[in-house]
Amino acid sequence: MGTFMSKTITIDGQVVPFKEGQTIMDAAMAADVYIPHLCHNPEFTPHGSCKLCTVKVNGRNVASCTMPAVEGQQVLSDTLELNDERLSLTQMLFVEGNHICPSCEKSGNCQLQAVAYYLGMMSPHYNHFYPQREVDASHPDVLLDRNRCIYCELCVRASRDVDGKNVFGLSGRGIGSTLVVNSASGLLGDTNLAATDKAMQVCPTGALLKKRQGFTVPIGQRIFDHHTIKDVQLGDKHE
Amino acid sequence: MSDPKLKVRIATCSLAGCFGCHMSVLDIDERLLGLLELIEFDRTPLTDIKHCGPCDVGIVEGGVCNAENVHVLKEFRKNCKVLVAIGACAITGGIPAMRNNIDLWDCFQEVYQYEGGLEGGQVPNDPELPLPFDKVHPINEVVKVDYFLPGCPPSGDAIWRFLTDLLNGREPKLDYEMLHYD
Repeated sequence: MGTFMSKTITIDGQVVPFKEGQTIMDAAMAADVYIPHLCHNPEFTPHGSCKLCTVKVNGRNVASCTMPAVEGQQVLSDTLELNDERLSLTQMLFVEGNHICPSCEKSGNCQLQAVAYYLGMMSPHYNHFYPQREVDASHPDVLLDRNRCIYCELCVRASRDVDGKNVFGLSGRGIGSTLVVNSASGLLGDTNLAATDKAMQVCPTGALLKKRQGFTVPIGQRIFDHHTIKDVQLGDKHE
Repeated sequence: MSDPKLKVRIATCSLAGCFGCHMSVLDIDERLLGLLELIEFDRTPLTDIKHCGPCDVGIVEGGVCNAENVHVLKEFRKNCKVLVAIGACAITGGIPAMRNNIDLWDCFQEVYQYEGGLEGGQVPNDPELPLPFDKVHPINEVVKVDYFLPGCPPSGDAIWRFLTDLLNGREPKLDYEMLHYD
């Protein structure tokens, strides 16, 4: 190990080493400690918006995906209190969009659903908003269904930082936020997005789907049918 | 346990649902016979009893899409010690709630006037028909619900686990693979 990995934090009492510059989430994932998250993907700059990865550090709540690991931090993550808060956040995500799992192609492979399974969500609890959201089917190979968007900005980050196309952006604030498309018409069909783009591989929900792929994997063989999101994300450090 | 006085009395109904959850109950298969030693049915689609009487457990499939749904649901809540929402529709509105972002009159016109092969093209307007709501709602937005059993439908195994937990006085708990929303 040497001095390079000599610094440590503890997560739920477990000693976890970290390198300078790593976040608590980075250190946790490297040590096979699962902290639930949706807007975080280790391939991209942290966004810190979904707050599912909130942990308690020395008594204060912080987003573990953006909080740098610092020598001696005592982190609490897998506690009843924090998991209850994560469950409430997940339930709010369900009711503020239109997440109708039985009709969604992403069902069984959806991270929002999988996190809800992991947290034992038996119902969305809160009153549903049933918001009016636009569907954009103008692209020949891609469907954008804003009903399922959770504003994680992963497609925004992937299109900007990896694809170099800047196809997506978030517009508006709070409950008025929408995922917008960077073309004069505002339609996906008028952009240079390709179905092979990185932006098409990162959506945690069924908001961005490749056309003509629906229901090709039978129920029982989908990613989260038999494996929790914890096992999947620790297993290969992300799909 | 075959003494009727000791049996747990259960009522079930389907509101804005497809009866798929009721069909899934049949997937309990031969375990149904053992279950019938422990329970008896009040109002269900099987007994043809029209109104729910005093019961231990009420199991409601489907969301609330019209005025009649509300009356039935409130009767269940009033009469059942424990009320269970079964399936995606009762818990989230489900597939019927996909009409929630479409104007109700547009829905009616699409179904009764524009759809091909229709005679007359009239929107049904009989006073006996229940008043439809502009949106479909999960039942917990109308009455207090004690337990939720998600799935579209929940599997026979999930229903069996849930019922046997409940009948044995345990807090119902599903295994990971029994919990799904589709």
